[in-house]
Amino acid sequence: MSIIVDNDTKLAISGLTGREGTFHGLRNRSYGTDVVAGVTPKKGGQDVEGIPIFDTIKEAVDERGANTSMIFVPARFAAAAMKEAIDAGIETVITITEHIPVHDMLDLYWKARDAGVRLIGPNCPGVLSPGKANVGIIPAQFFEQGSIGVVSKSGTLTYQIGNELKQAGLGNSTIVGIGGDPIVGSDFIDILTLFEDDDETELIVMVGEIGGDAEERAADFIAENVSKPVVAYIAGFTAPPGKQMGHAGAIISGSSGTAEAKKQALEAQGIRVGKSPTETAQLAAETIGAKA
Amino acid sequence: MDLLEYQGKQLFARHGVPTPEGRVADTVEAAVEAADEIGYPCVIKAQVQIGGRGKAGGIKVAENRQQAEEHANAILGMDIRGPRGEGPFTVHQVWIERASEIDAEYYASIILDRSAKKVLAMLSTTGGMNVEEIAEKDPDALVRRYVEPHEGFGEAQAETLVADAGVEEDARGKTAEMMVKLHQAFNESDATLIEVNPMVVTKDRDVIALDSKVTIDNSALFRHEDLAEMDESFIEDPQERMAKEKGLTYVKLDGDIGILGNGAGLCMSTLDVVAQAGGKPANFLDAGGGSKAEAIVDALEVITSDEKVKAILFNIFGGITRGDEIARGIIEASQRVEIGVPLVVRLDGTNSEEGLGLLADADLPDLHLEKTMLGAAEKVVELARAS
Repeated sequence: MSIIVDNDTKLAISGLTGREGTFHGLRNRSYGTDVVAGVTPKKGGQDVEGIPIFDTIKEAVDERGANTSMIFVPARFAAAAMKEAIDAGIETVITITEHIPVHDMLDLYWKARDAGVRLIGPNCPGVLSPGKANVGIIPAQFFEQGSIGVVSKSGTLTYQIGNELKQAGLGNSTIVGIGGDPIVGSDFIDILTLFEDDDETELIVMVGEIGGDAEERAADFIAENVSKPVVAYIAGFTAPPGKQMGHAGAIISGSSGTAEAKKQALEAQGIRVGKSPTETAQLAAETIGAKA
Repeated sequence: MDLLEYQGKQLFARHGVPTPEGRVADTVEAAVEAADEIGYPCVIKAQVQIGGRGKAGGIKVAENRQQAEEHANAILGMDIRGPRGEGPFTVHQVWIERASEIDAEYYASIILDRSAKKVLAMLSTTGGMNVEEIAEKDPDALVRRYVEPHEGFGEAQAETLVADAGVEEDARGKTAEMMVKLHQAFNESDATLIEVNPMVVTKDRDVIALDSKVTIDNSALFRHEDLAEMDESFIEDPQERMAKEKGLTYVKLDGDIGILGNGAGLCMSTLDVVAQAGGKPANFLDAGGGSKAEAIVDALEVITSDEKVKAILFNIFGGITRGDEIARGIIEASQRVEIGVPLVVRLDGTNSEEGLGLLADADLPDLHLEKTMLGAAEKVVELARAS
């Protein structure tokens, strides 16, 4: 097993005909992902290196059996493409596009929930299940199949840690970039739940960064609901404090959002937190070694 | 993007939220003229994008022309720091408004709650400065109501909120109306925060917004040309101003090691690792995803223009970013910009081998290639110390 993307993934890519869309879409296919369609309005009937293009996601679902959608269109059109995917009956929508208005995401979050659709992102690097499927922009050559699940707010930091794990001789069940936007379709808790239920995953690495209180909430959730070992990393100890406008933000979060506060919240629940990406990989290796 | 108080009030006015009459001024003469027009007593308020103005002496009442001149003189040019030490923010503009006769002060806000994934409306009749303390010590005094996605926030919801908060009966209608209008303004302008502290009931039993704090979602500015034009954020720091002009995400810090990373997370992690190695970062610069050679030239220009910088670290793990583009940028920059300090480069990820090959062939002076992030951090700290 693995989570979110695997050998059963049938991918439709909105924005496959764009320059970046083509580059990464073809990389996903050459990795082994079953890319069944591209979607670009008014370009239906064309193809990108043999991948058929449709005008709508609905056609990609009906004619090619697409069950997963990757959104790779410019920010102004991304919310509409996500909505189209939700309405078309896609199971999982993975959005790479950044700068999607947060009010649009708020609407889409509840729309997806009502429809039972899983959203990943936006502004995320995608999801990679090594040896099975890669949906997004994660450079797959740096990861191997294995038993460590990774969930992260940050793209490049995920690659860094994945690569350190590989050097420590450890592979990954799935790597999930959830994105760091204010409203994300799936947060740490959603992905931790999936990893907890995944047979292939033996240990989870959670990579957070300053801002919000998702890490603090995840810490409490892990203590109550996750039986597998979790190792964490938090970036931003040296970052200057963000500017605070007014009081409302401080009132609702109940957390300062600093890296130190997050580290303390995690450690208070017995979760080990690495000082650097390298140390985090070492902690994961130690923990899994001790388990074996 | 944070609006200045007067910009927020202009936004409020467009949505029918009552605010005191006022004028903005950027010189003492203009401030006095505005005060004369408005009449005395009036209030002279520093316009900076941070709270804590009152405590810093940035809000003063003028009873007459002489006082208006004194206060405007003192406030314009003043440096104000935020409650958590943010800033300093220099006052370039003042807002002069008619003094209100206040009967009661409330606290009101509409905010995007990212954990709940809902919009939250909050109201307290014990407003004023210490609302965070009130929220902690007497949670019932601050009434919170989520805007349910399928329900919205109309008169009925606002009336319950106002009654629960204990608003005096003869002010309930106008307070509820204001909450509805603030919520409309929030939605229609793609705001992530609207705070009114204080919202006041006047002696005439009118309800008006005496202050405004508004944050607009930058990603939505493309559909709000009027708000995008309001962005007059004065950037004091020369490097930060230069970076903004070039479209780079740059934050000045007080150390001597210039840092460039790709992606905010890796960039923050690089700062942390350099600090752990005993160094002090001079800046945070996120080159972003898919950086092209031109962006790297721009970035090096910004970093090297900070005279404190003694050594520079590039930490790149390419996904969407290609290592060969980064290398081309470094080579091009070395021809166009006087780098003048050692540059440590750690390049991994997509097309990193091509990039490393290009850099090896270019054989640039004082360029140090490192294989790991920790190794690169240690190297740059050592080079900064030696210089």
